[in-house]
Amino acid sequence: MTETLADTAAGLPEHPMPRAAGCPFDPPPALHALQADSPVSRVRIWDGTSPWLITRHDHVRALLGDPRISADPTRPGYPHRSAGTKANDQARQTFLTMDDPEHARLRRMVTAPFAIKKVEALRPSVQKIVDDLIDAMLAGPKPVDLVEAFALPVPSLVICELLGVPYEDHDLFQRNTRVAVRRTSTAEEVVAAMQTLTDYLDDLLTVKRARPGDDLLSVLATERVAKGEMTQRQAAETGVLLLAAGHETTANMIALGTLALLRNPDQLALLRDTEDPKVVAGAVEELLRYLNITHSGRRRVALADIEVGGEVIRAGDGVIFANEIANRDPEAFSDPDRLDITRDARRHVAFGYGVHQCLGQPLARVELQVVYNTLYSRIPTLALATDFDQLEFKHDGIVYGVYELPVTW
Amino acid sequence: MRVEVDQPKCVASGQCVLMAPEVFDQDDDGIVELLTDRPEAEHHDGVRESVAVCPAAAIRLVAD
Repeated sequence: MTETLADTAAGLPEHPMPRAAGCPFDPPPALHALQADSPVSRVRIWDGTSPWLITRHDHVRALLGDPRISADPTRPGYPHRSAGTKANDQARQTFLTMDDPEHARLRRMVTAPFAIKKVEALRPSVQKIVDDLIDAMLAGPKPVDLVEAFALPVPSLVICELLGVPYEDHDLFQRNTRVAVRRTSTAEEVVAAMQTLTDYLDDLLTVKRARPGDDLLSVLATERVAKGEMTQRQAAETGVLLLAAGHETTANMIALGTLALLRNPDQLALLRDTEDPKVVAGAVEELLRYLNITHSGRRRVALADIEVGGEVIRAGDGVIFANEIANRDPEAFSDPDRLDITRDARRHVAFGYGVHQCLGQPLARVELQVVYNTLYSRIPTLALATDFDQLEFKHDGIVYGVYELPVTW
Repeated sequence: MRVEVDQPKCVASGQCVLMAPEVFDQDDDGIVELLTDRPEAEHHDGVRESVAVCPAAAIRLVAD
């Protein structure tokens, strides 16, 4: 059953699969078919290997929560996303790609600022950032690209404040993050971009150690590194992870979420006309479920033989989790392909599942709640300023979204 | 209903605090803390949903 050699992979469906033309919000039709017919099955990936693809919501949760499944990309059989991410994973490791107990030890060094009360305390700052950017948009020319003018600056400004990164440097970290998350980047490009970011954070940590501020990098520099609990390089790599994950994902949720709402005006109206924070919070969960922007599959490797869905995943087999289709599983969500902000979508797996589930999710929730609650009520006539068919989607991105979103009002 | 939490397992996703703030809190590092192990009936749904979404299976309901 260990059919990991390239020559046995011929004839298997290729992963990733293309979305259907004209349906940019829906997962690839081939994923729907696999979920219905063979929810645990092998696929062929870029390097010729044939890892398992998991498509059902219950299987995704069971396996991602299983300690016999490893996130360590240096183990043989791990299904890499691309030559670029493979090279990067071999050059550096953060807690994202470690197993417990080391994963838990390093993750806990950065969980404090993401506690619910701490991110709630940030809500007024997030609101001010959102209001100021909307003021600037309304005062400027139209149409405007919502990605550049709003979707990217909101989370970038917030994560800069939390980490203690000067926002003036946003061009450097946004540009290098874009290269790092582009599936078509070469190994050299990804490694160089990540090295630039690591060096940048390393220099910042040195500054923070001498002149600490009220931010996470200062805590890492003066407590964790100074006390020998982590090396400065580990702190820098952790900083890169939080900085990149902190702006790229939420930015795409803001722009793609706005587009999805503009295409579903009844849902947009519900959100625009409500003052109930519970309705707004529910809408955020539903948009997370429906859009599932982390669409390139979570990657793991089995440490033991595991039986699931009538198949046996053998120790050493690679496993890819297609959470975008798990979030459209009719067994978990009724009428799953409909965007319905009034449904209870809280069991979605857009943030992943298991011990690696998104660390920044409380912050992402607050950012998205403030954005969705403010943008459409302050600009009720917000409209797309180009043909829907002209928009370019990030099919080649590890994170899905739109490259540009021209809007007017 | 009696609730137990397993702090070493907790990964600080914070969802239990959002779903049942009368029952769950977090320490300075975001790790789960129980405010009561016998929640009032009105909070049982929030506790059950917390058990269902906890990514680390760090919350358990125990039979009395």
